[in-house]
Formats: sequence, C-alpha cells, structure tokens
Amino acid sequence: MSDPSPAIRLRGVVKRYGPITAVNGLDLDVPPGTCVGLLGPNGAGKSTTMRLLTAQAIADEGELDVLGYELPGESKQARAECGVVPQLDNLDTTLTVEQNLIVFAHLYRVPRADRGAAVQRALEIANLTERRDTKVDELSGGMRRRLLIARGLVHRPRLVLLDEPTVGLDPQVRQELWALIDNLRSQGISILMSTHYIEEAERLCDTVTIMSHGSEVAKGRPSDLVLEHAGREVIEVYGPPPRLAEVEADALNAGLRTRRTGTSITVLGAGANGDAPEGERRPANLEDVFVLLTGEEIA
Amino acid sequence: MTGATATREHALTPAPRGGRRLHRFERSAIGGVLVREMINFSSYWRSTTFSSTLEPTIYLLAFGFGLGSLVSSVGNGISYEEFVGTGMVAMAVLFSSAMPSMFGTFVKYQFQRTYDAILAAPVDTEELVTAEALWMAMRASVYGCAPLLVAMAFGLDPSWGMLAVPAINFTAGFGWSCFGIAIAAFLKSIDNFSYVTSAVITPLFLVAGTFWPIDQLPEWGQVLAQLNPLYHCVELVRHAAFGWEGWGDVGHFTALVGFGLVTWRIAIHGMTRKLID
Repeated sequence: MSDPSPAIRLRGVVKRYGPITAVNGLDLDVPPGTCVGLLGPNGAGKSTTMRLLTAQAIADEGELDVLGYELPGESKQARAECGVVPQLDNLDTTLTVEQNLIVFAHLYRVPRADRGAAVQRALEIANLTERRDTKVDELSGGMRRRLLIARGLVHRPRLVLLDEPTVGLDPQVRQELWALIDNLRSQGISILMSTHYIEEAERLCDTVTIMSHGSEVAKGRPSDLVLEHAGREVIEVYGPPPRLAEVEADALNAGLRTRRTGTSITVLGAGANGDAPEGERRPANLEDVFVLLTGEEIA
Repeated sequence: MTGATATREHALTPAPRGGRRLHRFERSAIGGVLVREMINFSSYWRSTTFSSTLEPTIYLLAFGFGLGSLVSSVGNGISYEEFVGTGMVAMAVLFSSAMPSMFGTFVKYQFQRTYDAILAAPVDTEELVTAEALWMAMRASVYGCAPLLVAMAFGLDPSWGMLAVPAINFTAGFGWSCFGIAIAAFLKSIDNFSYVTSAVITPLFLVAGTFWPIDQLPEWGQVLAQLNPLYHCVELVRHAAFGWEGWGDVGHFTALVGFGLVTWRIAIHGMTRKLID
C-alpha cells in the first residue's frame, strides 16, 4: 500500500511477570498490508505480545510502535485505528448480534451518521444479517466467532490483531473463517495473527515469526522457512517404539535431524546421499520446522 | 492484488486515518460505555425496578407500621413513618449502587471479560471506571426516590426541597459505586464480598440515622456517624423534605463530594492494577 511505515514495529521488547519473563527481547515487524503470523507453543509469549499491542500490558523494556504511534503513550490513538479479536469470547451474551455491534460502533467513535451503515457492513462481513435480532447466547460457536471478528471491524481498522482466531472450532467453521481473514488481507488491511495451528499460518500468512520462550527463533515466508530448516522432503517412519528409537539413533549418527510425531519418527533432510531409512516420503512442512525449533512440546 | 468484489472491497477498505488527537477524558469514550450499560439495562430493567420499589415498601410497612405503633413521633412533629420513609432513601441509594457495582464489576472483568473487550477499544481504565460509576449513580439517583414516593403514598407531604433529592442521591451514589468498584478490584474472590457486606455495610446502618436518630446514640456512635457517608445522605434527604439547615447541609454535601472523589481515585487505581498487566 502507499503508506510505507510499518503497521507494527517492536524492538527488544521485554515483559516480566515477577520471576517469569513472558516476552524476552522480541523484535517483530508487520509491513503494511501484509498478514504476519505469530507462531509458538503455549506459553511462548504470543498472548502477552497481543496484550502489549493494545497497552493492556505495559512492556518493561523496548520500543513498541503501532501504526506510527508510540506505545504506551499514544496507545489510545493506535487502538482507535486498530481492530482486536480476542482469543476468549467476550461478547455481551444477553444482547442481540446487532446490539453488540452498536455498542462497539460507539466505543470506536463511528460518527452518528455512519453508525447504521457500519453495523450493516459488519453484519454482512460476518454473514449474520439474518441473525441481527438473535441473542448471542443462542448463536452457534462459529457464528459467535464471526461476530467477534466483525465487532473488531466495525470501524474499518487499518490493522487487525487476531489472537488464536479459530481455536476450538471445527474444521468447516475454521475454513469459513480463513476465507474471511484472507478477504481482509486482500483488501490491504494489515494483520497480526497469533496461532498454534500450523496449517492456518501456512495458508494465510505472508510471513511468520516463530516464538519460543518469549523471543523469536525464526522468521520468514512459510515456504522459505520450510526449505531452510527442514529441506524439501522428510521421511516418516512408523513402527513400534524400539524400532523408532533405532531409527532415531541411526539418523543422529548419520548427522540427520529428527522429530518425534507421536506414532512415528520424522527424519529431516534424509536421502541426499542414499542413507535414508525405509519409510514414507512426504514434502517437508511448517510443522516440521515448528517442532524442530520450539522443541517437542507442541501445543 | 484485490481479488474481491466491489461491494466487499467497499465494505472493508480502512477508514481514512483520523488525525484528531485523543484526550485523557473523552466524552465519546464515556458515552460508549454508558450506551453499553443502557442497552444492557433495557433487557433487565423490569426485575431491577420491581425489587427497588418493593423493598422500600416492605421496610416501610415493617418499620413504619410495626415500630411506628410504639413510636408516635421523633420530635419536630415528624411522624415515625415520615422519619423512616426519608431515611430509607439513603439506604435505597446504597443498595442500588454499592451492591450492583461490587458484583457487576467483578462479573464483568472476571467472568464475562467485558472490560478486556472495552479496553482493547480506544477507552482507558480511567474513562471506563468513571463511566461505570456515573451510570450506577444515575440509576441510584432514580431508584433512591422510590422510598420517598412510597412514603408519599402513605401520607408524607411533598415539599419543594425534595426536588434536590435526585441530585443528593446521584452524589452519594457516585461515591458508593466507586466504593463497590474498588472492593471488586481489591478482593480476589466473589466469596469474600460477604465480609464487606456484613463487616462494613451492615454496621453503617447502626450509625446512619435511618431507623433511629443518632442523637440517641452514645458519644462514640455520634463521632462515627460523621465518618459515615450514609449518615450525611440521610441528613441531607431529611432536610430536603422537612427544611434545610444552612451550613450544616453544606457540610453534609461536602462530605458526600469528598467521599466520591476519594473512592473514585481509589477505584481507578484498583482497576488499573487489575486490568493492566
């Protein structure tokens, strides 16, 4: 887009909770008009990073810049141009779909003359026009999540923060939301999305930042990260635990990297010099990279 | 790069960048929080109004006619029914501000996470707390008049001074709402609220002059009354109904304003600690 300044720029951000350092020297960039994924296991600091961006948590160190506003001092201004979709549903459940949107049209300072149109637009985005008079506690999980997203878009923000937008939803609903998010991106809205669904990041994000223990461990386009860290193909070996241990030991001796995937073991970068174990070949993916870089404890 | 249809595009294109500088206290931020409360209120006003009117009626019947049969007057030619009817205004204000704000605040940040949603919008904790307290104060201002109306139905004579009662209620209600918000901010569990209701709020009745005049109390009771916002509210409402008492009433009003200012800042401090990491 024409605005060259980054939508989000974090430098050396540190956030501590007592003895725990939740975010530890994080650098993060969201170029305007792109979708950046924040990937990491539970406890990696994704949600804390999201709270820092709305000044609901105040950083102990570092520089935070959102839409050209410096945080926390100018955070209110930044929040006015920013849409937030929280991980936990905090809709007003006794109100109707439309009433929820009206409240946020007020909170986001949509001028009186535009309010009706803004609510209508949000209803259309969420595909809830028919449900405008339905109380939230009568909606399905997927509808509630769509409303939660639409609520963050009622003032046409330039930047949208999505915190685990599809967590706990079934695959059909998830795909429906992906279409919605992809649509935002194609309109030139900048997006920062935290997720631990690898497929989600692979499909929607221009670049991803993989976080572990509060800081970045890798950053780049999903396909580049896969190529760089896991190669083109991996070999997946299935078998009883003793067999898997054997394969693991052989691979390590051959200088290859492995990862456990529950019932199998994945050998990365194998096959180049014919020393590959017997197994199923498949293209390397972002999940391989993720587990490799953040340890085995996948969320 | 835009592949979507024209209407969709129009739907999502970011609004032009607003250059307006936002201030510390924004009328629209406070207005937004108030709108949320009003829309919510439209779904539960019937039950609230029912209990706010029924309660003073029952108290008035119980105390006014029960005790009133033993006590013919409390001096200055005021009947006991009139004495209790006016005294209960302060009680109605307390129960429609401190209680709902204690429980409501706790539920909104702990269970419904409403405040997380509001603070992600361009609203600061200071504005949020102020708006919530203003809303509760407005409610208390109206519901606080119920005992007066009930007492009128039982024979209390209207007077011009009573027109000041909503303003007195609002001032006291603002303080009590902030008190409730502060309690919710500092207590860790909703179960602990019963400590506050039994150890703080109930004893306040003893030295408030609601059901008996405080000059009947021992010295210590009269001193404590001066520190009790409920007492100042009771006095002001009675004087509004039966005749103002000059500087004394200025003092009572000042005490209510002071109570409101102090609890307001404490509530903001407490909620900021609770809501901002």
